[in-house]
Amino acid sequence: MNTYSVMIVGVGGQGTLLASRLLGNAVISAGYDVKVSEVHGMSQRGGSVITYVRYGEEVHSPIIEKGEADLIIAFEQLEAARYLPFLKKGGKIVVNTQKIDPMSVVTGVAEYPAGVIEQLKEKADVTAIDALSLAVEAGSSKAVNVVLMGVVAKHMEFSKDAWKKVVEETVPAKFKELNLKAFDLGYNS
Amino acid sequence: MAKKLLLGNEAVARGLFEAGCNVVSSYPGTPSTEITEYAATYDEMYSEWAPNEKVACEVAVGAAIAGARAFCGMKHVGLNVAADPLFTVAYTGVNGGLVIGVADDPGMHSSQNEQDSRHYAQASKVMMLEPADSKECLEYTKKAFELSEKFDTPVILRLTTRVAHSRSLAETSDRADIPVKEYVKNPQKYVMMPANAIPKHVVVEERIAKQIEFCETDDINTTEYYDKKIGVITAGNCYNYAKEALGKNASYLKLGCVYPLPEKKIIDFANECETIYVIEELDPVIENHCKKLGLKVHGKDVFTLLGEYSQALVAKAILGETRESEAVDFDIPRRPPVLCAGCPHRGLFYALKQEKVTVSGDIGCYTLGALQPLDSIDTVICMGASVSALHGRNKVNPENAKKSVAVIGDSTFIHSGVTGLIDIAYNNSASTVIVLDNSITGMTGHQQNPTTGKTIKGDPATQVDIVALAHAVGIKRVKVVDPYNLKETRDVIHEELEADEPSLIISRRPCALLKTVKHNPPLKVNKDKCKSCKMCMKIGCPAISMKDGKAEIDFTQCVGCNVCTQMCKFDAIEA
Repeated sequence: MNTYSVMIVGVGGQGTLLASRLLGNAVISAGYDVKVSEVHGMSQRGGSVITYVRYGEEVHSPIIEKGEADLIIAFEQLEAARYLPFLKKGGKIVVNTQKIDPMSVVTGVAEYPAGVIEQLKEKADVTAIDALSLAVEAGSSKAVNVVLMGVVAKHMEFSKDAWKKVVEETVPAKFKELNLKAFDLGYNS
Repeated sequence: MAKKLLLGNEAVARGLFEAGCNVVSSYPGTPSTEITEYAATYDEMYSEWAPNEKVACEVAVGAAIAGARAFCGMKHVGLNVAADPLFTVAYTGVNGGLVIGVADDPGMHSSQNEQDSRHYAQASKVMMLEPADSKECLEYTKKAFELSEKFDTPVILRLTTRVAHSRSLAETSDRADIPVKEYVKNPQKYVMMPANAIPKHVVVEERIAKQIEFCETDDINTTEYYDKKIGVITAGNCYNYAKEALGKNASYLKLGCVYPLPEKKIIDFANECETIYVIEELDPVIENHCKKLGLKVHGKDVFTLLGEYSQALVAKAILGETRESEAVDFDIPRRPPVLCAGCPHRGLFYALKQEKVTVSGDIGCYTLGALQPLDSIDTVICMGASVSALHGRNKVNPENAKKSVAVIGDSTFIHSGVTGLIDIAYNNSASTVIVLDNSITGMTGHQQNPTTGKTIKGDPATQVDIVALAHAVGIKRVKVVDPYNLKETRDVIHEELEADEPSLIISRRPCALLKTVKHNPPLKVNKDKCKSCKMCMKIGCPAISMKDGKAEIDFTQCVGCNVCTQMCKFDAIEA
């Protein structure tokens, strides 16, 4: 197969790194070559964060450039809009409808744009979901990442059982039940 | 042998383990930190966080001379701090293997400059290897120890952010059984004073000549011939970008050893191909070498000196290809990083803003205090500079001391702030230094340090008493404040600014992200009491925003620190 490119974007602190680890592990258990590129350090502190996951028979570059992503998983509306230019023609976006104000909006210098999801839908194949509510339903607002991976799992080739096994093996043991519930809520949404 | 998905830094740590490395000493710095964090998970190796990179490097040098395989890791600017031992251990050589890991940050994801550490290899005449992915991170780490012992030299392992912080598959194997070598006293080799160093310089030059010969034939430098119209000479992750963009439409010379560089191997490759491109991020190190060999190559004439490269950048420069993409029609507000909700630095910076002082800043999470709306930092140069630069400022005009402070984190203070404090005491300026003690090394992701009372493994350790330390170096005025208490914090700062002698304020409150910190339930805004005055917005807390004209607190972020409660004159923020 050709290399499949997934971008996971969100706001520092939302748990995007765990999502990329889940996807990376799912891809390996299916026997693919994979590269995952993360950003650590300063930009993690509430800033816009990106993780790239690329898999296929042989993957060279660990990063994704404009017009190259097959799938964008966005943890926040504005971040989906910010990285839309990275989507390949015919690519797909899964977006959490949660809004987190950047500091410029908080301080009143800028406004949070209206109608973000509507405009994304005009330009791409978009699945929008309130992952925060489902995460709270599963037992923790921190489980947004696993809810979203549940949504994404429906659109990917790996079986539901394979995904659940990866979730079990990747999350800390004491949060296993909560995360499996979060995954199911996303998958069944 | 098992194939695993490893972070580049994790693969280096695995390489250390497999190479039989005994001692690892590092100072945390993005993007190098995880090498040592992962190393510490192996009980077979001794690992530690040192107070700074110079100490870390010297610890590794001492261990290597004692006969063990040793490693120290740091970010690119850390190598500036460790440069002193580096340049001389290049002369002494080693006993057990010595590998120095350095991670550059093209694109400055988490750094104050974009220096290219390959210049250090050239300047110190120390061999440098550069892996392109996690598989090579593991292999090159092991190879670096072999080469260190083969050539009696330290070896630098250079990573870049995308290699250090990318995960890819690597094959792991067992730990080699490498006995610690005997140490034999040998002053001609290990005592670097002129009489011994003069003949040692001759040895260094001879060693480089031997290493060049080695690089001509060893498989650390590899060629792949496909279409020969385009020949690419590259190293590290740029090889991956080139392969992705050009595939079999080009031939490749991948240099795994970026210092010293081969000559014949490069000339032979160049002669096989029609047009040669040198693809390297940052400075034209390989390109200049090619030009010195008399080769006609493209490099910085078509590629930038700035930032990170990508497959798209390579495709555009060489093939003229661009990708189509969509964009939204509205402006997207930027989202730079911010101090976290509940960050103890917030209250301190708000107090400094109220005092309208000039703030000499330093390297850490608290550098974010420079951003709006706190806007409380005037200068940031390098680790430790806040303290010494404040002293310099106050020597220009003693009146400056009434209107300026230095802010420095606990780990950074130990790294190199304490020497500046000694200067303040010894050469007497009425400077006010504030240590932001959040009980952890924050920005790099929570590492222990000499002020936390724990080792890298979380075991109990001797804890530096900053109050006693300040007294011992001659600072008489030392105060401790809780930055969650806005009034107390401002009062103490005001008092110490007025004092006619040096003072140290310790702003003490653990990082809100620490797992050991218990959070209060999220606060709520009583919409009936909220007068929409936006006073609570002045502290720049990411959990607070205005919704329909009233303040609102995001329950997913708020940790109940109550700093905003002290801002509200109408008691509208409730537990």
